[in-house]
Parts: sequence; C-alpha cells; structure tokens
Amino acid sequence: MSDLRELYQEVIFDHNRHPRNFGKLEDANRHADGNNPLCGDKLSLYLRIDGDVIADVRFEGMGCAISTASASLMTERLKGMKVADAEALFRKFHALLTEDGKITEGPELGKLSVLTGVRDYPARVKCATLAWHTLEAALHNQDTASTE
Amino acid sequence: MSSVLQATSPRLSSDEVERIRRDFPILHQEVHGKPLVYLDNAATSQKPSQVIAALDHYYRADNANIHRGVHTLSERATAAYEGGRDKVKQFLNAAERREIVFVRGATEAINLVAQSYARPRLKPGDEILITEMEHHSNIVPWQMLCEQTGAVLKVVPINEAGELLLDDFHRLLSVRTKLVAVVHVSNALGTVNPVEEIIAAAHAQGVPVLLDGAQAVPHVAVDVQALDCDFYVFSGHKLYAPTGIGALYGKAALLEAMSPYQGGGDMIRSVTFAKTEYNALPYKFEAGTPHIAGGIGLGAAIDYVTNIGLQAIAAWEDELLRYATARVLEIPGVRLIGTARHKTGILSFVMDGVHPHDIGTILDHEGVAIRSGHHCAMPVMDHFAVPATARASLALYNTREDVERLLAAIIKVKEVFRV
Repeated sequence: MSDLRELYQEVIFDHNRHPRNFGKLEDANRHADGNNPLCGDKLSLYLRIDGDVIADVRFEGMGCAISTASASLMTERLKGMKVADAEALFRKFHALLTEDGKITEGPELGKLSVLTGVRDYPARVKCATLAWHTLEAALHNQDTASTE
Repeated sequence: MSSVLQATSPRLSSDEVERIRRDFPILHQEVHGKPLVYLDNAATSQKPSQVIAALDHYYRADNANIHRGVHTLSERATAAYEGGRDKVKQFLNAAERREIVFVRGATEAINLVAQSYARPRLKPGDEILITEMEHHSNIVPWQMLCEQTGAVLKVVPINEAGELLLDDFHRLLSVRTKLVAVVHVSNALGTVNPVEEIIAAAHAQGVPVLLDGAQAVPHVAVDVQALDCDFYVFSGHKLYAPTGIGALYGKAALLEAMSPYQGGGDMIRSVTFAKTEYNALPYKFEAGTPHIAGGIGLGAAIDYVTNIGLQAIAAWEDELLRYATARVLEIPGVRLIGTARHKTGILSFVMDGVHPHDIGTILDHEGVAIRSGHHCAMPVMDHFAVPATARASLALYNTREDVERLLAAIIKVKEVFRV
C-alpha cells in the first residue's frame, strides 16, 4: 500500500478530479492530438504562442489518473513559459521517468516531481508522458503524437 | 508424468480444481508479496506441466525437421507433430485430418482465408459480413481485402447487452454477401453468439461462414460437422498450449479449391523452373518449417482439457462467472460491459471515477492480474462509449477464492481513489 501511495500521490488525485486548464482553447495557434495505442487514451492539446512565450495552454481528452494529472500539471506549469524552456523541461521530465533523472540542468521540475513514482511502473510511463509527447508535436507543428 | 485428472461429474468439484491447480506451476508464486490470482486468461492462459513436459521432451529427445527425414529422430518428430494434428481433428470433430491446417494462430488463419479463399473470388460491390463485436483480427484482414478487391465490409450491430441484433444480421445478409465471418465467443464481452442460426441463414443463401473460435475453444465444446461451419479458426495459447501455434479448419472441398497462402518448402510436390506442383492438403498451406514443438504442445493441451472434459470445465467456469457477476454488481459504482444472456468466461467492467488502467495497476498490487484496455476490440469500446474496460477472464483453474480476491482488490481501488 505504501508504494501505491508513491504512485498515486494526493496531488495526482487532486489534478485527476479537478484537471486545470481543461477544455478547448478557442484562440489557439498550435494544436496536436496525442494517443496512447496501448490503452486507447486520447488527448488534445491547444497552445497560444505569442513570440517565444507560451501565452496560454489547454487540453481535453479522456485518460487514466496518471495521464490526466500529468497533462493538468503540465499545462499549469507551461503558462507564461518560454518555448525553449518548455523544451528543456520536457527533456528533463522525460529523463526523470525513463533515465533515473540524469539531466540536472534546466528548469526546476517543482510540482511535476510528484510523478516520479511512475518510474517504478514501466507499463504506466507512457501514461505520464502522453501530454508531453503531444506538447512536443504541437511545438514542432505536427498534428499527432503517439507514445508508441 | 502423472495421469491427468478425469472429472467424475458434469461439473468440476473444488477438490478437482485444487488438483488441477497443482498442474500449473506458474500459479504458485507471489506478486507484490501476495499470492498470484491470474484472471487474464482471455489474453493468454497458463500452461500445465503436461504441456511444458511435452515441449521439453521434444527438444531433449526428438528434435528434428519433419516430413522428409529418413532418420529416427525425424520420424519421431513427424509422428509427434502429425499426432498433434490428429488431436485437433478430434477436438473439433473434423471429418478428415487434411482439413486441419497448422497456423501461427487465429489471426494468421483469418488472413489465410481472406487472401486464399476470398480474394480471388470477390468482385467490386461484393460484401463481407462481420459483427460489431469482432476482435481486430477479424476486422482488419477483411478491410485489407476490401481495399484489394473493391468489396464492401458490412457490420451487424449489437445491443446494449452486447448481443448481436439478429434481425439486422438477416437484413444485411443479401445476394451480395460472399462470406460471413463471426466471432464464436467475444473476447471483450464474453457473449456466446447464436452461430447455429447464423450458419443456417447464411447457408440458405449459399454463403460460407468462418467462425473465430479463439475465445470459444477453452470454454465451449466445438463440433465443426454439427455446426456445419465452413471455416473455424483458433489459437493454441488460449487453450493452455504455447503461443505461435493455432489451427485453421476448412471443409476439404473449399481448401482444395483454394490457392496456397505462402510459397516455400514443404508445400510443394515438385519444383522445376517451368512448373511447380503444389502439395496435397493440408501441406499446401504449410510453407516452411513449422512450429513443430508448438504442434506437439497443442496436442498435449488438447489431451489435457479433453481428459478433464470440456463440459465439466465449462460448467465450473459458468458457475464461477455467475457468482462473480452477482458479487461484483453488489459493489456500488461498478458497471458491467457485456451482459448477454448467453456468455462465458469474461467479466468486463468499468468503475465510476476510476480509469481501467488505474484499476489494473491497483489490482496488480493486490496480486490480481487482469487486463485493462480496449482488448483489441475498439469498435466495442466505441459502442459502449468507454475508452477501455477492466476485464477479468476465467480459466479452469480459477476458484471462488480468486473471485473473493478480485472483489477485495476492487474495494481497495475504491479506497485508494475514495470513490
């Protein structure tokens, strides 16, 4: 039970029940759809980028607690962030879940580190990274992202 | 090897199931510090010692390539492999052994029928009739075939219980229908389809029928002659046999009239650069060195279930499913997906406020292995407007205690998620 709590931390439940920035962004100028073929989870990400800054970001879709909370936490963090910093954050977050967090430089992970517990659940890493892969696709003007 | 238990009554007793459990070494382990409860049998079943021993014996004592070797090992390997075919023939009650083609599994068998039977016979506008509850393996080969031939795929819808709408089936069956391909038992819902009625109606119009029996053969006694189906396909690994081996049954006259699926060794009678003469059935469809150990293991698995008795197994599993269904429905917030009057082996469910993936992870923590996802039946998920389900699926070694552990783990999910 104790290790289950490391995966399902309070913050994750909170963001799963009450996802922040949920819904379509009407004045978005970037958009991508992400899907996880493993489980059928789908997520749409909308960005409004002004110059080199992510001015606004919203998401919609249906997923498990891990993927919903990860998307919610990500959007919360990205608002007002420079695109280059968002890219660096993506690399750092991805490394945290897949490579024992070898990357130390770049933006602080802050609240995102509640997802660290996912590392012990290889089958669930894709749930936590779906929103981030979708972000990468949107930033690079690709319409779709897949975790496969 | 100890002799296999033979059921003494129409239904397995708890004592008999306890003895059966001892045949499955993998069941006796702990996962996350708790005794394993394996309820993912619809994905693949575990293998009894008798099957493992058959594989072990083959590789230790008999391994050789089959059919043309004159040496002793080759003769032994050939006899054991062809013995597996005889067992499949008896298991399905096929009329002749040449009607049994070894394949990698149900998927390959369906692709074989699509390409070798249907493709040369279809014209633009012809129709293939399937159902909304098919596994992707009985959808995609037909979609590919339609792209190749200009034929059209028609789909019989299902109702809210997960049963076929037979009126729609009869309406969709038309002069344009050239083949009906239907799942015998749904892997996502557990529905047992009224295949007798489907076959009779199709045959009345001269339309052949393929049954996908991958989920049926571990739970339902199949008699292809009584059913009068034209093709029947299944995979060994859901029937306690190894992965990578399965069988296609086809009526001899149909198989005779079909072109080979793949070219290569073993499927030929003679080869010259001017002309190649194909081998007789079933070898015409078995190009290359086959999964010899798999065919032997499949034979051992068939011996295992037929010695216990499929009727006794089915009666045990059906009683367990009824019990599990009633108990799961007592838990508030749990909804079953698939409530057909006639079903077997499958308990697919969703929970308010918890995604099936989260259910799967928490159940695993409790030592309970189930599957969460779309079960390779995305159209079924669309029908019920869910992204996925959690699916517990039964085998002959599951017990009431397994069901109690499942229920306790579902309660744990509710505690963790506070729903």
